[in-house]
Amino acid sequence: MARVLPTLQKQGAPLADGAAQRARLADIPVPRSFADALRSAGLYPLRPTQIEILQINVGKRCNQTCRHCHVDAGPDRTEVMPRAVIEACLRFLQRAGIPTLDITGGAPELHPDFREIVTRGAALGAHVMHRCNLTAILLPNYADIPELLAAERVEIVASLPYYQARETDAQRGEGVFEESLVGLGRLNALGYGRTTGLVLNLVTNPVGTFLPGSQAALERDWKRELKRRYDIDFDHLYTITNMPISRFLAFLEARGRTADYLSMLANAFNPAAAAGVMCRNILSVGWDGTLYDCDFNQMLELPVSATVPRSIFDADLAALEAREIETGPHCFGCTAGAGSSCGGAVA
Amino acid sequence: MPDRPHYYHQHDLPRFGEIERGAPELARKFFDWYGAVFAEGTLSAREKALIALAVAHAVQCPYCIDAYSKDALEKGSNLDQMTEAVHVAAAIRGGASLVHGVQMLNHVDDLGM
Repeated sequence: MARVLPTLQKQGAPLADGAAQRARLADIPVPRSFADALRSAGLYPLRPTQIEILQINVGKRCNQTCRHCHVDAGPDRTEVMPRAVIEACLRFLQRAGIPTLDITGGAPELHPDFREIVTRGAALGAHVMHRCNLTAILLPNYADIPELLAAERVEIVASLPYYQARETDAQRGEGVFEESLVGLGRLNALGYGRTTGLVLNLVTNPVGTFLPGSQAALERDWKRELKRRYDIDFDHLYTITNMPISRFLAFLEARGRTADYLSMLANAFNPAAAAGVMCRNILSVGWDGTLYDCDFNQMLELPVSATVPRSIFDADLAALEAREIETGPHCFGCTAGAGSSCGGAVA
Repeated sequence: MPDRPHYYHQHDLPRFGEIERGAPELARKFFDWYGAVFAEGTLSAREKALIALAVAHAVQCPYCIDAYSKDALEKGSNLDQMTEAVHVAAAIRGGASLVHGVQMLNHVDDLGM
């Protein structure tokens, strides 16, 4: 069993609180505000293009405690999306005709109704995506899930920071790399990453305070090395920048590097990446049904604009697509370099 | 003159571009060429970053070691690969000294009986 650490919440750390994180980030001088950066790119105020993805965060429980986790997820978290919220999400998905249902967490598999969410989402005709940490599916009560995902043709987006143990374990916990290989092997054996229609994408976050390199070049390296070393196949590699919030913010604070990191992100602002940020085509739903512009704003407890209904129970697609997106200094994380999103680089 | 207790300052690295103050045209040519050198080519950008890291150690440039340690990580290299690259630089430096020993042998042979 891989090593797990107490979450910020369990530690009683001040940065467990979203408002405290926002206050800390607001205190840090940056070369220019995110709003000014957007203005320079002709994108202020930032508005959605079209909502194409409903991303539901079904809870914060996880069997891992990654050092960069923006959710502060872990085994000691108890937030779980209630049935009524799940029903409201599925109703909105159908009513709004949103083509993609993206299930995230925590480890979504640990939600008691995960299987039903997958099955019903697929039955509605949605393209279902599952954000997988590669080790929850090895737990005794969840070992049937890969077969279910394959049967429903669910796209798997799996986290693997590096193709060897030292780096992966430094970020995700000792022993996680070896367990992740077992998970990947199981998915490959079902045809994931090897068969048309069973898509297995990997996600890498830098193991440290630097930006990810070229997604295409890293994908070539990951494919070559995972195949050569472990006979593992996958479809695409997504690069995601570490967001200066939650546990990664706590890490930066402990190293005294928050200002340097935020400046690095701000100095790497790319207008093309800003035009393609994921909050323009995604709607994020929290475990309690609150609506957010993205999963990062969700963890900062920064809901969608007060000008629109803020709950999935009375979500209004037209109003949501006309809203102004809430931004802050953390948003430089999505616009630095080649950009960063739940689907990887954007520019 | 501002107080600068050391010859090397980390915050001078991002000021590299200021070198254009004296000879802007030469700086422009240098930075254009520099950018082209490190672009993806027959060698990948990751391989070039590893070469740069090794050379940085050979020329013992702290600015370059700073820049290319980060660049090598960003390009996807790992500690094992970066350490091997530094050993290559060290081996060439050590070997370069040692191979001059042949010149020493030549002198010894010339001067001796």
